[in-house]
Amino acid sequence: MAYALQQLVNGVSLGMIYGLIAVGYTMVYGIVGMINFAHGDVFMVGAFVSLIGLLLLAGGVDGPAAILLVLVFAMGITAMYGLAVERIAYKPLRGSFRLAPLISAIGMSIVLQNYVQLAQGSRVKPIPAVVPGGLDIFTDANGFVVSISAIQALIVVTTLAVLAGFTVLVTRTPLGRAMRAVEQDRKMAGLLGVDTNRTISLAFLIGAALAAVAGCLYLLRYGVIDFFIGFVAGIKAFTAAVLGGIGSLPGAVLGGLLIGLIETFWSAYFSIQYKDVAAFAILILVLIFLPTGLLGRQEVEKV
Amino acid sequence: MKGTALRDAGIAAAVAACLFVPIVGLRTEPGQTGALALQPRFGLVALLVAAVFFGRLVIIGWHSRRRPAAGTKPRFVLPEVGRYAAPALLGFALLLPFFPFTGRYELDIGILVLTYVMLGWGLNIVVGLAGLLDLGYVAFYAVGAYTYALLAQTFGLSFWACLPLAGLTAGCWGVLLGFPVLRLRGDYLAIVTLGFGEIIRIVLLNWTSLTNGPNGIGGIPRPSFFGLPFSSGNEPGSFSHFFGVEPSSVQRVVFLYYLILALALLTNWVSIRLRRQPLGRAWEALREDEIAARALGINVRNTKLTAFALGATFGGLAGAFFATRAAFISPESFTFNESAIILAIVVLGGLGSQLGIAISALVMIGGFELFRDFGEWRMLIFGGAMVLIMVLKPRGLVGDRTPTIALGARKTIDAGLISQGQG
Repeated sequence: MAYALQQLVNGVSLGMIYGLIAVGYTMVYGIVGMINFAHGDVFMVGAFVSLIGLLLLAGGVDGPAAILLVLVFAMGITAMYGLAVERIAYKPLRGSFRLAPLISAIGMSIVLQNYVQLAQGSRVKPIPAVVPGGLDIFTDANGFVVSISAIQALIVVTTLAVLAGFTVLVTRTPLGRAMRAVEQDRKMAGLLGVDTNRTISLAFLIGAALAAVAGCLYLLRYGVIDFFIGFVAGIKAFTAAVLGGIGSLPGAVLGGLLIGLIETFWSAYFSIQYKDVAAFAILILVLIFLPTGLLGRQEVEKV
Repeated sequence: MKGTALRDAGIAAAVAACLFVPIVGLRTEPGQTGALALQPRFGLVALLVAAVFFGRLVIIGWHSRRRPAAGTKPRFVLPEVGRYAAPALLGFALLLPFFPFTGRYELDIGILVLTYVMLGWGLNIVVGLAGLLDLGYVAFYAVGAYTYALLAQTFGLSFWACLPLAGLTAGCWGVLLGFPVLRLRGDYLAIVTLGFGEIIRIVLLNWTSLTNGPNGIGGIPRPSFFGLPFSSGNEPGSFSHFFGVEPSSVQRVVFLYYLILALALLTNWVSIRLRRQPLGRAWEALREDEIAARALGINVRNTKLTAFALGATFGGLAGAFFATRAAFISPESFTFNESAIILAIVVLGGLGSQLGIAISALVMIGGFELFRDFGEWRMLIFGGAMVLIMVLKPRGLVGDRTPTIALGARKTIDAGLISQGQG
């Protein structure tokens, strides 16, 4: 029981990271209708920018202020990466046929991976723990201690705060309204005076900023990054977005949590080698029985 | 005009500076104490930013010069050229081993390119003809390769006995994948096939008792010339002894070259013939509009399953060939990157165009080999080329399409007018 509770804590904190990345996928998919394959690599860039930010601050600032500064720095730079990727690889292909942006995105993903590998080297980058400590919740009869580490708490709090801000942005601001309008009907939104190009670019920018938060938290949690982390994390997050119902923002967070929990529990109770198989197998099962995901809208077939 | 161009380039350079300063300008390297430290490289950043500035100016200049001629859009003439290009390419491929400049290295590249041509044509059945987006095609390649390797090593079966078995096994896996995804459409299908490919790779990686895990399977038997083995010893019963020629290692390479050429041409022949038959037309109908196809009485389930099965079969055959050529396979060779490259070849070539796929395989894989000296840079260039080709020609190199069946004269449909790919 205590063991399961500990897995729940681990699963939720992992799932939050997936959820943050998944929001970027699902937002872009909802608005432009394309799989932004390079999004996982934008997350990786975010982790690297955070690493560089941490090293820049080393010695000068530390504590919560440092983490906040790094977070802001990573969000800013990574958002620009997201925007640049959109401008170079996707914008010229707007209105083109469906597979063209997908191939362009796969190409961009290869470019980003190899760019970071060339610029930063292919060796893994370890950092010492930045947020040490934790809190023991309780000890069960066998002496098994259930604990929440400080970084896990930080992940949960940061993610909730960022997602709350994001929700306000989507539901309460003119920009959010424009985004929802473009998602529903791009042509009509354009006719009603919404700058659709700018809205789409901003969706990429916001998605990249959220991915940067995920990258920063990932770096702080695991302490090791390399240029290849974006691939697996990206696929898992995309799986999460599909699981939650692609296009649905709460669905992405829910899907991320589920994938995180499935992965953690599977590695705890069955086998750690097959944890990715578990995530994908459950995805396939869900799609067979719930083809639009958990919170997705029923797709209307138009003739 | 000049002012706005300069301002535009200035903005691009400023953005580039923001992007490059952290990632390129500050390299993280382990310092004396072992902890990571930053190494500034701002000279490089300045160089890159200058390159972006002038590159942007050149692009703006090119756009402004091209604009006046927009009325007379030059049509891409490859379909007309194709009448001569296809036989010419085929002749070149057939004669390649006999050219004086052809050495071992050129033959190896030829084999590699032809393997991807075959994989592209195989995937084209699924993506180009039936319109089912498959991101896990490499799984069938892997199934074929492992089927051959395991059958040959465990039961001592010859290559020629294993080849159809490998194709059959991969085909069965294709049906197995096809069944659950029948109801899925578009991007859901893409992610499930991607997951399927990853599952196969992870199982191959971890099922150590069967596949030897990450160490792979080595010492896979080489193919024989219809029962005559290639050996350097010139003993009775070997290829060189039977034909009375000097034994040489090139003979086997030439044989492998013709083997993959024959397999690729078989794939091509089957897909061209099937396109003219009810099954192929049903595939194309399904790609254009699934609902209309169903309304016209096409059995959607069987049509999709045959596309998956046939595409997978050819992937399996190519996999068996890969195993016998390399004599060593490991899960390393069957990553998602391979799937992406094969799909890129199909889309860059122009969906459904046999010639376009052959040309794009030649350009991408051959070009990739040309950049071998660039080492780490070549994957970056490869990805960049993918983006660039898509931006310049979103429909692929041969995007035009001629109807397979037509009443009266056949009219080529321009790439811009093809509205497929919705499903």
